[in-house]
Amino acid sequence: MSLLETRDLTAHYRDLQALFGVNTRLEQGDTLAIIGANGAGKSTFLRSITGLLRGAPWSIVFDGEPIGHLSAAEIMKRGIALVPEGRRLFPSLTVEENLLVGGYGRTGSGHWNISTIYSLFPKLRERRHQASTTLSGGEQQMVAIGRALMSNPRVLLCDEISLGLAPIIIRDIYQALPKIKETGTSVVIVEQDIQQAMKVADRLYCFQKGRISLAGSPAAFSRDEIHHAYFGTQK
Amino acid sequence: MTGWLSVLVHGTLLGGLYALFAIGLSLIFGIMRLVNLAHGDLIVLAAFVILAVMTSFGVDVLSALLISLPIMFVIGFALQYVILNQTLGRDILPPLLVTFGFSIIIQNGLQEAFSADSQRLAAGAIETASIQLGGGIAVGVMPLLTLLTAIGVIFALNALFYWAPLGRAFRATSDDPLTAQLMGIDNRRIFAIAMGIAMIVTAIAAFYLGIRANFDPSIGPARLIYAFEAVIIGGLGSLWGTLLGGIILGVAQTIGAHINPEWQILAGHVAFLIILILRPRGLFPRAFD
Repeated sequence: MSLLETRDLTAHYRDLQALFGVNTRLEQGDTLAIIGANGAGKSTFLRSITGLLRGAPWSIVFDGEPIGHLSAAEIMKRGIALVPEGRRLFPSLTVEENLLVGGYGRTGSGHWNISTIYSLFPKLRERRHQASTTLSGGEQQMVAIGRALMSNPRVLLCDEISLGLAPIIIRDIYQALPKIKETGTSVVIVEQDIQQAMKVADRLYCFQKGRISLAGSPAAFSRDEIHHAYFGTQK
Repeated sequence: MTGWLSVLVHGTLLGGLYALFAIGLSLIFGIMRLVNLAHGDLIVLAAFVILAVMTSFGVDVLSALLISLPIMFVIGFALQYVILNQTLGRDILPPLLVTFGFSIIIQNGLQEAFSADSQRLAAGAIETASIQLGGGIAVGVMPLLTLLTAIGVIFALNALFYWAPLGRAFRATSDDPLTAQLMGIDNRRIFAIAMGIAMIVTAIAAFYLGIRANFDPSIGPARLIYAFEAVIIGGLGSLWGTLLGGIILGVAQTIGAHINPEWQILAGHVAFLIILILRPRGLFPRAFD
C-alpha cells in the first residue's frame, strides 16, 4: 500500500476546472518530483493534498485513510507538511518563532526539533532572534523548510523551493534533502527546474493542463520525451 | 496649579477605564480584522451578567466578577465560533452588519430582561475610599485600581502573545491565516479563543464601569466610541498604544470638564480628531500591513 495516493483527483476554482483526474502514488521513503509548466496544475495539486482545497474524501488517501475532505489543519496533524511557494514566513515572528509555530499542530516523535533544525541549517542559529523579513531569500527558504520539518512530517511537500534563488543557494538547499530523507520522511518536490528535480527524484510526474502527461522513473525518459510532456508539443 | 495637576492625574486614571474598554476591541481587530460594533453592548452585557450573578447567588461584586469571567469567555467563544466565523472573508461588510445587528439585539434583550432602569454594582466602602498623594491631590482607590488593572491586563496579554504557543498562533494567524492553517492552526478555533479572551477583558472593564457609574441597557454605543477612539489614537495593533490612547482621551475629557462641565465629552472627541489629523495611523502604528 502506498503512503499517499491520489485517485482520480479533480479540483475546481469556481467554474474553472484545474485538475482532471490525477492519479499519483508516493511510497514510504521515496522522493517524488512533479514538474510542469506554469498553470499545469502543480500548485493546485499541492493545495488539494494539504486541504487548502477540499474535495471528495477518497480522492486523496493517506496511510489507507481518506483525507480529501479534511481541513488543512487536520491534514497537517496527520503528518503532511508543506513548504509553500514564496516561503510565506510570518513577518511579525522571529526566525525561531517561525520554526516553533511549525510545531504548533503536531510535534510528532522524530528527529526534528529546534536544535536539529539549527544543525541542518547552521546559519539560522545566528539569526534566530531576527525578524524573518530581514533574512536573505535563501535563508528564508531554510526557515520555511525548517518550519515544515518541526512537525516531524511523514510527507514533506516542497513547492518551488528554488524559485527566485541563485544557483549556489539552490545547491545549498538541495544539499539538505538527503539528510531529510535519512530520517524516513517521504518528499514531494514541485519544481520548474527540471534538472534539479530529476537529480533527486525516485519517481517523476509531469503535469500538463491539469492532467498527468508522463509518469515513471526519471532515468527511463529521454530528454525529448520530457520536453514533449512538459510543453505538450507533438512528437 | 494643584488644580491642573489633579486634573491630569484624574484624567490619566480615567484613561485606564477607557483602555479596558478598548483592549478587547483592539485584540479582536488585531487578530481577525473584525470590527466589532457590538463591543460596547457586550461591555454592558457583562455588567448585567455580574449584576445577575450578585443578586442570584448573593455574593459580593468581586466574587461575582470571578464567576462571570468564565461565563463571558464561553459567550465570546460561542458567539465567534457559531456566528461571526461565518461572516469573515475578504469582504469587511458582513461582520459589520452582523455585529451591528448584535448591538441592537443585546440592547433590546437586556431591556427585556432587566428593564431600562439604571443599575449599579455595589462594592461597599471602597467605592469612595481615597488616597492622599500629598500636595493636596487625592485619588480614589477604585480609579487607581482601574488603571493598574489595565496595565496588568496588557502585561498578561503581551506575555501570552510573546511567550506562549497559543500567542504565537494568534500572531501567525493575524499575519497570514491561510499559511497558519498549514501549521495545524485551526483558525476558527483560534478566533473563538481570541473572542473569549476579549470577553474576559470586557468583563473586567464592566466590573470597573459598573462600580464607577450607573449603567443601563442603552449606554453601550457610547462606550464603543470611547473604545474606538482609544484604539485609533494609539495605533491599531499596539496594546500599549491603546493604553496611551485611553489616557489621552481621559485627560482631554477631564481637562474639558474642568473648564466647563458641559465640555467633557466634546473635549475627548476633539482631542481624537486632532490626533487623527496629525497622525492618521495613530501614535504607534504597526510596522507593516
